[in-house]
Amino acid sequence: MNNLKKFLGILWIVLALFTAYFSIFELALPKISTGHQEDLVFGIIILCILTPIISIGLGLFGYYSLLGEYDQNKM
Amino acid sequence: MNENNTKSIWKVIGASSMGTLIEWYDFFIFGSLSIVISTKFFPAENPTAAFLSTLATFAAGFVVRPFGALFFGRLGDIIGRKYTFMVTLMLMGGATFLIGCIPSYESIGFWAPLLVLILRLLQGLALGGEYGGAATYVAEHAPLGQRGYWTSWIQTTATFGLFISLVVILLTKGFLSESQFDSWGWRVPFLLSLVMVYVSYLIRKKMKESPEFSKAKAEGKTSTNPLKESFGNRYNLKFVLLALFGAAMGQGVVWYTGQFYSMSFMKTVMHLQSDQADTILGIALLLGTPFFVVFGWLSDKIGRKWIMLGGMLLAVLTYRPIYESMYQLSNAEQKVKVNETTEVPSGTQTTEIISTTKTQYEDQTEVTRTSMIHQSGKLKGQPMTKTTVHLAGKNYMLLVLLIFIQVIYITMVYGPIAAFLVELFPVKIRYTSMSLPYHVGNGIFGGLLPAVSTYLTTNAEASNTPQFYLAGLWYPIIIAMVCFIIGSIYINNKSTPATHE
Repeated sequence: MNNLKKFLGILWIVLALFTAYFSIFELALPKISTGHQEDLVFGIIILCILTPIISIGLGLFGYYSLLGEYDQNKM
Repeated sequence: MNENNTKSIWKVIGASSMGTLIEWYDFFIFGSLSIVISTKFFPAENPTAAFLSTLATFAAGFVVRPFGALFFGRLGDIIGRKYTFMVTLMLMGGATFLIGCIPSYESIGFWAPLLVLILRLLQGLALGGEYGGAATYVAEHAPLGQRGYWTSWIQTTATFGLFISLVVILLTKGFLSESQFDSWGWRVPFLLSLVMVYVSYLIRKKMKESPEFSKAKAEGKTSTNPLKESFGNRYNLKFVLLALFGAAMGQGVVWYTGQFYSMSFMKTVMHLQSDQADTILGIALLLGTPFFVVFGWLSDKIGRKWIMLGGMLLAVLTYRPIYESMYQLSNAEQKVKVNETTEVPSGTQTTEIISTTKTQYEDQTEVTRTSMIHQSGKLKGQPMTKTTVHLAGKNYMLLVLLIFIQVIYITMVYGPIAAFLVELFPVKIRYTSMSLPYHVGNGIFGGLLPAVSTYLTTNAEASNTPQFYLAGLWYPIIIAMVCFIIGSIYINNKSTPATHE
């Protein structure tokens, strides 16, 4: 189980990077650039709130996982 | 536990729950009245923009919750649980009352939405501090091995707060005419808050500080810098992250899908009459609420982990079939028509009604289609049709059941989570550490669900996607799935981390 947790740590880091890319370049920036009020609000929420929390938080979770911080003997 | 202890903990539960219930009530009436608020406080030329502005304000109320968790969590870990959640109660009550006093956009222009936004932010801050304090306070009074059961009473307050908000709104609407409610009646639920908060304040004032915190304080074991110890310490931070990504994130989206997305879906996709949708949700919430206690109690017996994760997995697997069934209940294309009548009523101020057609179907469903011409704004001269569906008989019962199933998922993920979070962190930084993941999970992942799902649905509809009405569900399904995987692999089914014992 400890090895699985470490392996999944890589997956969480990759997922964090993918989420950051997708949130910024596919969702937030295209929405902000349309100029419509409703798109602007949505884009800003994605860019400034959801993206940092998901990407930094999930990335850090993956990093700790990779380091073995969630191994059975450390929980 | 002897009789005196039982009486004492019931007093603690009563006083804590009353205040938390009122805070949730305060928080939810804004959301429940968002449509009428959008017409009063935001420019009415573009109804969609006005509604989205309200949603944005709604989101602002949720987004600041984690900041409230940090600010009041820190205070609670330094000066105590009791005084902190007294402050949050007063802050919430004051902000809610004042929202009910703000003149409309027509009277004071730009100041109206600005003041609403500021007060909404204060509500978010107060809620961010309240829940963690109440859950911690009750858990620290509860005997070991029974925390799930006792904290589950606090867990009922969020759902019951929504229920009370719906009942107060329905009663106010019932006592007033439509024009009275639209003119000033919508302010009543906000103004009522002041009375409820005052009563709750009097009850809470008599309570004592939590025994675990008092003991830690007497021994000089409280934290001087809870924020640094909670998030600057890798050992504790890893539990904060685990609590967020392995439990609170999934719980947040399941909770908001069952309670808010379902309501929005009934009103905007199924086109159900607003009062009927509120009533159906209210019945399902009332029937489902006891299950918070059932699952809280069960979590003391078999562990918290698999009950919470079970709720998430069931949600992931069944949301699409549930919402497909809901949609079909109001889908007139699948029904047999038995009667149709058309009337030509008089016009109104902003739209001219051309005709109203009422169609009755074999299964007792009644669909009213009103054809209108816009008389003002950007859409002036454009035709529009407003559809309202009224369900009856078997379809009505089936819809209550479908919403009730979603409420059961909520009780599974939410009933045990307060005890789970409290037990994950040591006393000296508990308030701060448990509040943040809870409010990020609920406030941000859950609170933004209406906005994100509405966006996904609108996009799918614009691109003519078949079953576009299910597109909004991808957000809660994906988040809950990731949370389930993380929770099932990383979380122990043991209540307290070994190093905290």
